[in-house]
Amino acid sequence: MTDSILKVTALNKSFGGIHATRDLHLEVTRGDIHAIIGPNGAGKTTLISQLSGQLKPSSGSIEFERKDITRLTTAKRARSGLARSFQITSVVMPLTLLENVMLAVQGTSGHSFRFWKPVKQDQQMVSAAMNSLTEVGLQDRADKIAAEVSHGEQRQLEVAMALAMKPRLLLLDEPMAGMGVEESQHMVDILKKLKEKCTILLIEHDMDAVFKLADQLSVLVDGHIIASNTVENIRANQEVQRAYLGEQHA
Amino acid sequence: MLPASNSGRVYAVLLILLGMAPFITSWIDQPFYLDLLSRALILAIAASSLNLILGYGGMVSLGHAAYLGIGAYCVGIPAYYDIYNGWIHLGLTIVVSASFAFLTGLIILRTKAVYFIMITLAFSQMVYFTFVSLEEYGGDDGLVIYLRSEFPSWLSMEGATALYYWIFGALVLTLLVIYRLVYSRFGRVIVGSKFNEERMQSLGFNTYRYRLTCYVISGVLCGIAGMLLGNFTSFISPEMMGWTRSGELIFMVVMGGASSFFGPLIGTSAFVFLEQYLPEIMKTINPSWHEYWHLPFGVLLVCLVLFGKGGIHGWLSRFDKDGDVK
Ligand SMILES: Nc1ncnc2c1ncn2[C@@H]1O[C@H](COP(=O)(O)OP(=O)(O)O)[C@@H](O)[C@H]1O
Ligand SMILES: [Mg+2]
Repeated sequence: MTDSILKVTALNKSFGGIHATRDLHLEVTRGDIHAIIGPNGAGKTTLISQLSGQLKPSSGSIEFERKDITRLTTAKRARSGLARSFQITSVVMPLTLLENVMLAVQGTSGHSFRFWKPVKQDQQMVSAAMNSLTEVGLQDRADKIAAEVSHGEQRQLEVAMALAMKPRLLLLDEPMAGMGVEESQHMVDILKKLKEKCTILLIEHDMDAVFKLADQLSVLVDGHIIASNTVENIRANQEVQRAYLGEQHA
Repeated sequence: MLPASNSGRVYAVLLILLGMAPFITSWIDQPFYLDLLSRALILAIAASSLNLILGYGGMVSLGHAAYLGIGAYCVGIPAYYDIYNGWIHLGLTIVVSASFAFLTGLIILRTKAVYFIMITLAFSQMVYFTFVSLEEYGGDDGLVIYLRSEFPSWLSMEGATALYYWIFGALVLTLLVIYRLVYSRFGRVIVGSKFNEERMQSLGFNTYRYRLTCYVISGVLCGIAGMLLGNFTSFISPEMMGWTRSGELIFMVVMGGASSFFGPLIGTSAFVFLEQYLPEIMKTINPSWHEYWHLPFGVLLVCLVLFGKGGIHGWLSRFDKDGDVK
């Protein structure tokens, strides 16, 4: 039996009349990069937000490492090893890259009801944060303000922050959104390295990147997963060709 | 511990001058200036406490003067029963303002933006009308406090100079506490939540708890300012916690420069001195104008907000290279 780290059962989410997630089933195997593809508006971000706790599902259940987390808050899920990055860059813009990553380290290492000692004097935290910045190649940019670095670097910062949380499952929502060819290639290399550290659920539009990285592939259309299999099998699947791949690779 | 910047040096000199103020005012034989300074520094404690939640935490409270009132009545009501023990006054101030901040904060911190402003206003108005209706303690007319809080002789508040040093000491302590807080683990969570609360939650922080704690700390600091204000004015009334008072505290913070460490002290001093001298300046222009000092004052504020980004502190730190603390 394979070791499943995440199991989603009969998940539904509606916004008023819009049924953004419908009867969604998904199982992610530990150690994999599991990619989810699907057209715009298919409900990919909505799914990630339910997994990480920002959105409450209308019905259904989410199990992480065999524990039901459907009702846990975002913060609790984060502390129990589930980290996410955002499709639309979401960092603390006026702070430096290092300060941002240090927040990520801080959030998952004990409580923060400590009122006196400056965090910058905490060598362990600083070096943990620097390690994460190094992993995404931002070590030389540590003291730059997040708002003032390039879009590509902000995307890398997103990943560095998620990484600094030492997650066992990393949810990445289109990490390459808006990136140029070179930057995308760089991100592919970063993600390949990350695979050694944790399981990754990857949402990505860039099909070349997906084929390079993913072990498993799920296709999400209209809030429902219509196929979930190894990358090779999905490529051969007729229905998928029609619903999604056909549009792009016609 | 202070930034070695030009504005940092200005502030260091300012603190030293403030520490010597009683000698200076008695040397130039102007005891009234010490009174003015005492009032300014008390309000600076209150404004700094507001700056902790407003400037650093992004929580705009339009009800902070309630804590000035709570602190003052924690002196006035015991004094009404002839209880003058200072430790009781101080302890009561801390317990009552912490409890009030905690209980109202439970609700207030579930709201955002305009709702946050309105609900802080609503709670402070509740306190205001509660004290207005307490006939026993003077209601609308307020209470006279005949004796100051009694402390051991080395901590005595008797006499203008002793009280001034009490106030000055409390201000220095407040600034130190806020300075350490802002750069601690706790402070980082507060600052991060101001700019991006959703992200902070997804990093594992229960932001509600941290912000609530920050709100309580701010309330207690402001309560202590109120306890000093009660001792200073020796006459207290619900008027001191009216919403216009809360509005003035916001002015002081914004005028000095929100989320800058010394901003509230500068803003408060500017406010108190303008409040004192603008009417007189108006009078010299035209004898019947002194009542209209709010007009130029308002214009000045609008200009500061429009052109002086970051308040007076922001203007001072243009001479620095290293910019502002975040
Ligand atoms: N907060 C929301 N309120 C209403 N509708 C929403 C909300 N979030 C997403 N939707 C709708 O749900 C559908 C799925 O959106 P989303 O998950 O962002 O798609 P994807 O990430 O796959 O592009 C879209 O039709 C979108 O308009
Ligand atoms: Mg999306």
